[in-house]
Amino acid sequence: MSTTATEQSKQVPAGTESAIKGGEFLIRESEAKDVFIPEEWSEEQKMIAQTCHDFLEQEIYPRLEEIDSMEHPELMPSLLDKAGELGLLGTSVPERYDGFGMNFNTSMLVAEVLGAGHSFAVAISAHTGIGTLPILYYGNEEQKQKYLPKLATGEYKAAYCLTEPDSGSDANSGKTKAVLTDDGKHYVINGQKMWITNGGFADLFIVFAKIDDDKNLSAFIVEKEFGGITMNEEEKKMGIKGSSTRQIFFNDCKVPAENLLSERGNGFKIAVNILNIGRIKLGVAAIGACKAVTSRAVNYANERKQFGQSISNFGAIKHKIAQMATKTYVSESAHYRAGQNIDDAYDSLLEQGMDPAKARLKSVEEFAIECAILKVHGSEVLDFVTDEGVQIYGGMGYSAEGPMDRAYRDARINRIFEGTNEINRMLSIDMLMKRALKGSLDLMSPAMAVQKELMSIPDFGAEEEEGLFATEKKALRNLKKAGLMVAGAAVQKFMQKLGEEQEILMNLADMLIEGYVAESALLRTEKLAGMKGEENIKPQIDMTRIYLYEAIEKASNAGKQAIYAFAEGDEQRMMLMGLKRFTKLQPYNLKEARRRVADFVISKNEYPF
Amino acid sequence: MKILVCITHVPDTTSRIAFTENNTKFDSNGIQYIIGPYDDYALARAVELKEETGGSITVLNVGTQETEPTIRKALAIGADEAIRVNAEPVDSFFVAKQIAAVAGEGQYDMILMGRESIDFNGGMVHGMVGELLGIPSLSPVMTLELDGNQATMTREIEGGKETLQLNTPFVAGCQEPIAEWKIPNMRGIMSARTKPLNVIEPAEDGTATKLEKFELPPAKGDVKMIDADNVGELVQLLKNEAKVL
Repeated sequence: MSTTATEQSKQVPAGTESAIKGGEFLIRESEAKDVFIPEEWSEEQKMIAQTCHDFLEQEIYPRLEEIDSMEHPELMPSLLDKAGELGLLGTSVPERYDGFGMNFNTSMLVAEVLGAGHSFAVAISAHTGIGTLPILYYGNEEQKQKYLPKLATGEYKAAYCLTEPDSGSDANSGKTKAVLTDDGKHYVINGQKMWITNGGFADLFIVFAKIDDDKNLSAFIVEKEFGGITMNEEEKKMGIKGSSTRQIFFNDCKVPAENLLSERGNGFKIAVNILNIGRIKLGVAAIGACKAVTSRAVNYANERKQFGQSISNFGAIKHKIAQMATKTYVSESAHYRAGQNIDDAYDSLLEQGMDPAKARLKSVEEFAIECAILKVHGSEVLDFVTDEGVQIYGGMGYSAEGPMDRAYRDARINRIFEGTNEINRMLSIDMLMKRALKGSLDLMSPAMAVQKELMSIPDFGAEEEEGLFATEKKALRNLKKAGLMVAGAAVQKFMQKLGEEQEILMNLADMLIEGYVAESALLRTEKLAGMKGEENIKPQIDMTRIYLYEAIEKASNAGKQAIYAFAEGDEQRMMLMGLKRFTKLQPYNLKEARRRVADFVISKNEYPF
Repeated sequence: MKILVCITHVPDTTSRIAFTENNTKFDSNGIQYIIGPYDDYALARAVELKEETGGSITVLNVGTQETEPTIRKALAIGADEAIRVNAEPVDSFFVAKQIAAVAGEGQYDMILMGRESIDFNGGMVHGMVGELLGIPSLSPVMTLELDGNQATMTREIEGGKETLQLNTPFVAGCQEPIAEWKIPNMRGIMSARTKPLNVIEPAEDGTATKLEKFELPPAKGDVKMIDADNVGELVQLLKNEAKVL
């Protein structure tokens, strides 16, 4: 018997000793049985995913050209209305506000499938994410009752106004002002906002502005009807051309005082926390796009004949197909692992008596490091996959008549919005360090243990573990040690000034990211082997190994770059030796492994995992 | 109005077809199953008719337990209850007998199904059911309007269309544009799990046919390009090589 979406999150007991903390993956091993894997979707969740897929097939794919042309400005809102009729705008909204109250991982699944929807994907994710969630999580009861049903059904379309011409990544530096009227009944907002997704048709704006001369932002719920809102023409963009993106001006926009969201000065916190959720959802939406692009590319490679045979017969193309499938599989594994961690933390907080909205925020905040990691990884995998998609299509890939042109251009924004990948890389390390300083994450003792191990005689593997992935697990443990070693030394070297060494932070983040996603894939495949038997999941086993090798090489390179940059002389030699020891790999025929994966994907003529 | 909608559980239209066990068994590994597309039209029209005139929809499938996700989808689209006849749908006559047995019990005003399944494409079940029940059966029905007990249907015939009127009960094999496919909405999906899905054993066992083997169509041969000026060569090739002239 299948379980429901809401029941599923309770399958893994939350709040027990075994619940893993955010960022803790670096210093603690997880067990396969404790992670959620996509092969465990319930019948109901699969049906929801199918509805999203059918919606794209029926309503979006036949209109991609029309959507991107922007010739019919009413088209996108009408498509959002149709999605609203199906209930797709209300998955995260509780039932008492006319939504469906699905758990976090189910809302991730919806984001994933719709993520293949090009410009529409951007519009719906802005509406349901950054447009709706600030009210859901920070609104008071009246605000929720007033706005959430309208947002969940699509009667109101929402936009999120944070970025300004001079305030992008440095979000708290915005200049938009809100002044309370003398009678205390209204705030009058003046200022300019930029790159506002859904701006052209939104009925409701979440607007960030500073009250009087506050240092910190506050957030407001602004209806278009309040007046004082004007906007520029649609921005001309490289991709997601059908997504409305406007510059918006607030000229004496009078907002009722009760539309202040949360408390005065709480805006930056709202912005950051909502972005945490946005990040992991963006990552998983990118995975949805990866699957669609991989399927198309494999299909094309099977159809396209050169030298008297399908180009999918050629090793160079097989290599690409295997890489596309592998990276997608790996990243997907990490997204739903983190999604379930968030659901478990949420359930645990609810059991402790926390208010649902607060619990949701807190649970996502707990895994903010993973959210940042996944935003980076998902968006970069998508860039890789679309690039190879273009390459497999060859000349047709470069033609604006083919599907790869749009996929390639649309993918690029994902590395920029919701916090650039550079910001997210730095954030992931920054958050990790802060947690270590606060004592909520004990990085010190494992880092010391690694240093001690460095001084000792290397373990030549006298005690070999047994079972699937025994050597891979050891390699993964070592990979984490390498990360701890380099990060620990960098912290000692720069102390508080590490933040200024952005290049080194990028290196450290890469080591962190690779460790997390490689481990996630390993855990997924291990669990899957338990469910289906090793014999039946050979491609997944191959992909896990292929990725682990890549992850270790990438991490090794990043580690080297960092060590070259900050260590000298004996210390440098010592660390390079340590790095070599911790990133050592047994020779493994990756070419053959990739061929096996590719042959499987080719036989299925689509992304099959 | 009581409507019985019969649905098939078939491989997705984009599936790669392969066979195992010496070409006697369909290889279902990794295959995604869907409601037969023509059955989906029938179901969509049934949901519309229910919205227009009230009544209830029962969805029926002859199949093993693996078909239940497909049946649940039909419930999510708008059927009120479901019946699964617990048997492998071995051939058209066997399936028709099962449908007739269920229909005979249920006093349905109409029995809708697709014009054909998309796995074996027999297109015979509706006719057989009509015969077994002694009621009219029409196919392929492209429009279906209802006025009380009188139904007006258009169907495709050789070289045109014909419009027919008849009274309930009847059997109709449906195809587009009878209705637009319906995508199950979130509310439908959530309510599907509480709607009844009754499993019954087949009314009569035994089949009229036996499967010998499957054969895939031959792979498409190479295309020979002939210069447009060289009609003589084309004629020769069509005569001597392709042997079509």
